[in-house]
This record gives sequence, structure tokens and C-alpha cells, in this order.
Amino acid sequence: MCGIVGLFLKDKSLEPKLGDMLTDMLITMTDRGPDSAGIAIYGANSDGRTKLTVQSDKPGEAFGGLDSALAEALGGEVSIRVIDTHAVLNLPAGKEEEARTALAELRPGLRVMSAGEAIEIYKEVGLPEKVAERFDVRGMSGTHGIGHTRMATESAVTTEGAHPFSTGLDQCLVHNGSLSNHNSLRRRLQREGVRIESQNDTEVGAAYLTWKMQNGATLGEALEGTLEDLDGFFNFVVGTKDGFGVVRDPIACKPAVMAETDQYVAFGSEYRALVNLPGIEDAKVWEPEPATVYFWNH
Amino acid sequence: MQTYDLEANGLRGLNAALQELNGSSDKTAWEIVNPKGSHAIAVGLNSPAEVTIKGSTGYYCAGMNQQATVTVKGSVGPGVAENMMSGTVIVEGDASQYAGATGQGGLLVIKGNASSRCGISMKGIDIVVHGNIGHMCAFMGQAGNLVVLGDAGDALGDSCYEARFFVRGSVKSLGADCIEKEMRPEHIEVLKDLLARAGADAKPEEFKRYGSARKLYNFDVDNAQAY
Repeated sequence: MCGIVGLFLKDKSLEPKLGDMLTDMLITMTDRGPDSAGIAIYGANSDGRTKLTVQSDKPGEAFGGLDSALAEALGGEVSIRVIDTHAVLNLPAGKEEEARTALAELRPGLRVMSAGEAIEIYKEVGLPEKVAERFDVRGMSGTHGIGHTRMATESAVTTEGAHPFSTGLDQCLVHNGSLSNHNSLRRRLQREGVRIESQNDTEVGAAYLTWKMQNGATLGEALEGTLEDLDGFFNFVVGTKDGFGVVRDPIACKPAVMAETDQYVAFGSEYRALVNLPGIEDAKVWEPEPATVYFWNH
Repeated sequence: MQTYDLEANGLRGLNAALQELNGSSDKTAWEIVNPKGSHAIAVGLNSPAEVTIKGSTGYYCAGMNQQATVTVKGSVGPGVAENMMSGTVIVEGDASQYAGATGQGGLLVIKGNASSRCGISMKGIDIVVHGNIGHMCAFMGQAGNLVVLGDAGDALGDSCYEARFFVRGSVKSLGADCIEKEMRPEHIEVLKDLLARAGADAKPEEFKRYGSARKLYNFDVDNAQAY
């Protein structure tokens, strides 16, 4: 199972409501994935600075004084915004790698969820409604976002195993399905120097896209590559700083519905997830074709 | 005409009320509003009830139908009219995967497109799709007719038995042991009747017929090395 929802806004007036709409969509998909839930939200750009979203099981200890400690280590201004078990660190541009190294020493056990100018990822174990509440996803605004409700198959029910996965700046991916060649592909990508942190199959899918794009592929080309190089079942929905893409494997046994109006492009594992979107009655609604790449850019 | 608000009153109440008619010969008319993509709407009916669903549905709409006429004024999720025995199911929009799977009788009409695996393992159902169908349709189809006014995707009729397929448009590829067959007068008659009952504006002569080459029926020793 697993449920996916995604919303890519064309109409700026909807941006303040992005979190609210995505939360409703996510909760509808609870019975497809009650184990854990997560959301990637592309909010306002941080004026060229880098946002690092981090997570800790002991946020009290981990986040106290982290901004000043990191500022000292990086030699630049760092601010922190704590939201439950997550915190968004605002760093000087280009300091992402240095920050990762410093964090590993300053706060071992801290997990980096995402890095980029626009992206923030929040994910935890628990029912989608509870997860959305903890992070006040309803209150978030942004240009596009992707959510996932997980019914675990390929790895344990943990925060690391929850989706979305991010393996590159401002990139994220959610997945419904299961990959069967993820172990060999993980080894291949790790040899190429790609960072993969869990045993989860989906993270390998995300890392694969990142690796393709690092080597010059566009998002569309990277998605095309999944059809050749990944074995298994997948519906992928991916986000980049200004783009949103969808691809299904050629067998296409995992459900998917899309809707498009002048105001948005929406993805749902089922139509149920889309029923409360504005103007859905008159939207173009369709099932994405197997082995076909769809993507939109701002 | 009875109207049932699915959002306000819930799915169990609806199916219980509709199934209470099972065994009767009443042609009761029902209208279901606010389906909002819910699963398993109007399943297990066994009376000549006429049910109209005003909107799109989720998984398994009108499953196991007998006698009833279920009309969906919208699109349907996976598995519409799965294992239908008799009666009629009409979808005014599109259908997701495995529409009419394992159906044993009755008529399923899809006025839009049907996606993959439409009519998989069909066992006597008649399916008329006004638009196109996706890949692997009628896989292992045993009996019944699948009529497609548009195009068919990959591997139509793979490993089929005696189900018949009539396609007006193109067929991307035929599945294993599925071949084009001669259209004889009796097939024109069958098709004419199905098109009329499905409200389809098409001439039987425009269709091609496909079915089993019957080469997979028995083990062929020349294939022994494939196993």
C-alpha cells in the first residue's frame, strides 16, 4: 500500500493554503499507510541562504544552543526554528557540507532530513493526522508540496524509513511500491560517492535521481532513467526547487490519479485524496500512463 | 426515488439498505449523492434495483452485482463491477485498472477510457468500452466479449481461452496466443446487439475480432526447454 499526495500550485493566491490542502489530502490517505507520514514543503526561498531541516529523537538536548554552536563552527550567522522533533537551521549559502560535518561532531545522532533553499521535510512515525498536527503542517505556505503515508514493506517503521527522502539539494521523492534491485543499485551509487543513509529501497530511488541530475540530466531525463535502471513496482512523485514530476513503472499496478486546473496540478493515490480541492468538479482528471514521465516547472 | 447522502450517512448503511432488497423483484430507484471517491459503493446487490451514483467512486464499485443496474455519473477507481454475475453497470467517465475483472455475466459499459487489465480473467461478462483500454486487458479471459471502440494497449488477450475481443481502433500488441480472427456473420450479430445495448454509435463492420490461437491449451513438447 502507501498513499501519496502532491500539490503543485500555479495560482499564487493558493500558496498560503498549501499546507492546509495537503494536510486534508494526507489524512484521507491514512488507511493506505498508517505507520508513518511525512511531508516535503517548498516554501519561500531563504534569500540564497541554505535551509537544513534536522530531526532528533531528543529535541530538547539536541537543539538547545545548536544555532550558536554551529555558527561558531561555520564562522557565519545561523538561526534555528524548532518545530517538535524537527528544526530548520538557516545557514550561510554553500555551507551545507561543512554544516553536515560539524553537526556530526556537535550532535551525533542528529538526522538531516533535507537541505536546500526552499525545501523543508517533516516526517515521523504515527498516524498522518498526528504527524501533521505535531508540525502544524496546516499553517505552512509554499509553492508545492508532496506528502506520503507509509505502510512499511521493505524496511522498518522508523523515522529514517518514512518518506519523503531527500538526497540532493531541494530534491525529494516519495514512493508507492517496492524496488527489487535496490541493494545492488545502492552499492553502485555508493561507489560513485552518493550519500545513502538507510536500508530503505526508496532512498535508493531518490539517490538514483540525484546522481543522474548531478551528471547533467534534467528532472525529466532522470525520471526516464528510472524506467531503465530500476526493477520493481513504483509510483514516484518527486519535487525539485521549482518542479514537480510523476512516473509509474510499466506494469503500473499501484494506483494513481492526477488532476489539473488553471490553479494547480494535483496527485493522489486515489481520487478520494482530491475530492475537496477547489474546482475539482471541472478539473481535468486522469490516470497517469505507465512508463510515462510527467513534470511541471514554475 | 430514494436519495442517499453517502458522506452524511456512511457506506455501511447504504450497502445494508441496498442489500435488503436482495431477493425481491422491486425495481426500486436510488440516487447516491456525495460518493467522493469512496470504496465499495453498491456492492453485492441481487435485485433489479436502479442505482445512480452522482459523482466519482473509488475501488470496487458495484462489485459482485446481480440483476441491478448501477450507473456512475463520474469515473470509477480500480475493480469496478468485479466478479459481476448479471445486471448492468454503466460508467459515464473513465475506469481505473481491472474493470470487470473475473466477471461472469451482465454488461459493463464504460463511456470513457479503461486503463490496464480491463476484463482480466473474464468468465462470461460483456464489456463495452467507448474509449481506449490500457495494457494486459482480458489476460486469461475465458468467456464473454470485450468490445473497444478506441485503441487497445499492449498484450491484449494474453493467454486467453475463449473470450472474444472486438477492437475498432489499433492494437498496440497482442499477448501470447492471441491472434486476429475472421469476422463471421454470427460475430457481426453479437457485436450489433452489444453496441446497441451499450448505446455505442459504431458499425460492427468497423471492428476486428481477436481471440485465442489455442496453442497454449496443451503442452507442446517442443517448448520443454523453456521450462
